[in-house]
Amino acid sequence: MTSRSPLSLSRLAIYATLLAACAVYLIPLVVMLLTSFKSPDDIRTGNLLSWPDVITAIGWLKAWDSVGGFFWNSVKITVPAVLISTLLGALNGYVLAMWRFRGSQLFFGLLLFGCFLPFQVVLLPASFTLGQLGLANTTSGLVLVHVVYGLAFTTLFFRNYYVSVPDALVRAARLDGAGFFTIFGRILLPMSIPIIMVCLIWQFTQIWNDFLFGVVFASGDTQPITVALNNLVNTSTGVKEYNVDMAAAMIAGLPTLVVYILAGKYFLRGLTAGAVKG
Amino acid sequence: MATLELRNVNKTYGSGLPDTLKNIEIAIDSGEFLILVGPSGCGKSTLMNCIAGLEDISGGAILVEGQDISGMSPKDRDIAMVFQSYALYPTMTVRDNIAFGLKIRKMAPADIDTEVARVAKLLQIEHLLARKPGQLSGGQQQRVAMGRALARRPKIYLFDEPLSNLDAKLRVEMRTEIKLMHQRLKTTTVYVTHDQIEAMTLGDKVAVMKDGIIQQFGTPQQIYNDPANLFVASFIGSPPMNFIPLRLQRRDGQLWALLDSGQARCELPLGAMEEGLESREVILGIRPEQIGIAQGGDGSLPSIRAEVQVTEPTGPDTLVFVELNQTKVCCRLAPDAAPQVGASLELQFEPSKVLLFDAQSGERLGLLGAARPQERAAKVAQLKGR
Repeated sequence: MTSRSPLSLSRLAIYATLLAACAVYLIPLVVMLLTSFKSPDDIRTGNLLSWPDVITAIGWLKAWDSVGGFFWNSVKITVPAVLISTLLGALNGYVLAMWRFRGSQLFFGLLLFGCFLPFQVVLLPASFTLGQLGLANTTSGLVLVHVVYGLAFTTLFFRNYYVSVPDALVRAARLDGAGFFTIFGRILLPMSIPIIMVCLIWQFTQIWNDFLFGVVFASGDTQPITVALNNLVNTSTGVKEYNVDMAAAMIAGLPTLVVYILAGKYFLRGLTAGAVKG
Repeated sequence: MATLELRNVNKTYGSGLPDTLKNIEIAIDSGEFLILVGPSGCGKSTLMNCIAGLEDISGGAILVEGQDISGMSPKDRDIAMVFQSYALYPTMTVRDNIAFGLKIRKMAPADIDTEVARVAKLLQIEHLLARKPGQLSGGQQQRVAMGRALARRPKIYLFDEPLSNLDAKLRVEMRTEIKLMHQRLKTTTVYVTHDQIEAMTLGDKVAVMKDGIIQQFGTPQQIYNDPANLFVASFIGSPPMNFIPLRLQRRDGQLWALLDSGQARCELPLGAMEEGLESREVILGIRPEQIGIAQGGDGSLPSIRAEVQVTEPTGPDTLVFVELNQTKVCCRLAPDAAPQVGASLELQFEPSKVLLFDAQSGERLGLLGAARPQERAAKVAQLKGR
């Protein structure tokens, strides 16, 4: 059968299709990388897919000069926002799954609306609230907005994960004398690695890639890299420096790529895992 | 070591909903083994959770050593529980599972090691201490769950259907081990099961429950020989008691039960009983082992000839089914005495072992033989309390 001739016609067709699909998805990346290492003259004379005449890092250096500071802004916004929203989501999910109170189902249902709310709807109320809190145009303000907006998702993740954990675990721990936070910290959190990874990746991607909140709630030096990149690319004065644009876009996109590569296997595992065998 | 008393315990999940537990009255001595048995949904697990403090009661009191614990949180009650699903902490090793409760209670690490070693030796799980629960078989998980309960040396152990997830062979083994353990440690124990064999074999006292009401509370022998009503009589015993609907006749100052096998008739003398029974529909209850083959020449016991319809050899006994008063009746006979299907059999009854129940209410009627009016009055009062 096929085991004797592994490269049968149908096999070849499958590989060809896969390669074609790969190319479609990868060509933009290749173009970006090639362009970012070209000199401006090279870009003007060559075509998109041509190899650079001289490989130069000038584009990357210039890009880092203009967006480097904003890169760190993004780090300062994303890291606390991801950690806080994940921790609070875990706590919320724990309560909603294990310590049901009167109306907790309704509460959870209403919380789910948060997942469906478009960003635009919360812009005005959020900016009003930030103004009242004195957090307008600050990194902390942006962190707060992302935490609040992300809570609906993180709570959903953790609640659904903990619903599949048997109640008896919590009851056994209560009889063993453990309190609310001891049970959470010693028993449930150690079981939650897959869903924590899902939550971290999801939140990191959402917050790092956010543009709208960044452009509305931050200005000047506090802007995240997505806004800075937009400003850089949209400058209408002087000659377009495509190599700098491409390099800056790569810089903006790299962290999410790295997170996916490092934690991707947990992401898949967390999405498919549900039942916890005790 | 502690006495346990439940005084008029009630539980409801909200007004308008039917009560989950109604006027539960149970008292057991220190070191006794109490079984709560009943069909699923009868409230036995709820009652156990109430004792553990995992659910609040709506009324009444739970007393341990004479002290009301119903307002205490679970951790202050000094009660340990073994769950049906074992509920082992999946990320901890067996050692940490057993030690968890001790660590929470701030026991000195050296003492914890001693205690874990003691429990592990007792349950023969010393070689498993470094493993995680996921690497254990069902029987091993069961032992670890028991070890976790034993480690704290609590006043009371609670077992919530601990054997129902095991296969049949292991279940019998663990049943014996639990009994052995209890005989050695003599700790007051409450054990929930729906298995009437576990109830009979393990318990010092048995409480049979249905719809949140205790139908009967007593020793296994009392429950088996002297059931308070039709439900208890049908629930306890395997194969179950035979129930034959009939009408009674009064003649010569005593009541007679008429049995009809289609081949023959027989009258069972039931002695002088209370007035008015002869006009009522009654159900006659007799256990399969109380029906025997009539020995030739012995005419002292009433007997009846009947046709064998089905035989079920179980090994130690053979169950033989005949029809009396259009009802299938099971007889438990020795295998060598068991006849072929279609054969006729002369069956004899011990009239003093026969029980009578009201066909409508299921109440036990006029206890035969040694009647205990006071005991009966108490049972009736409890049943009417619903």
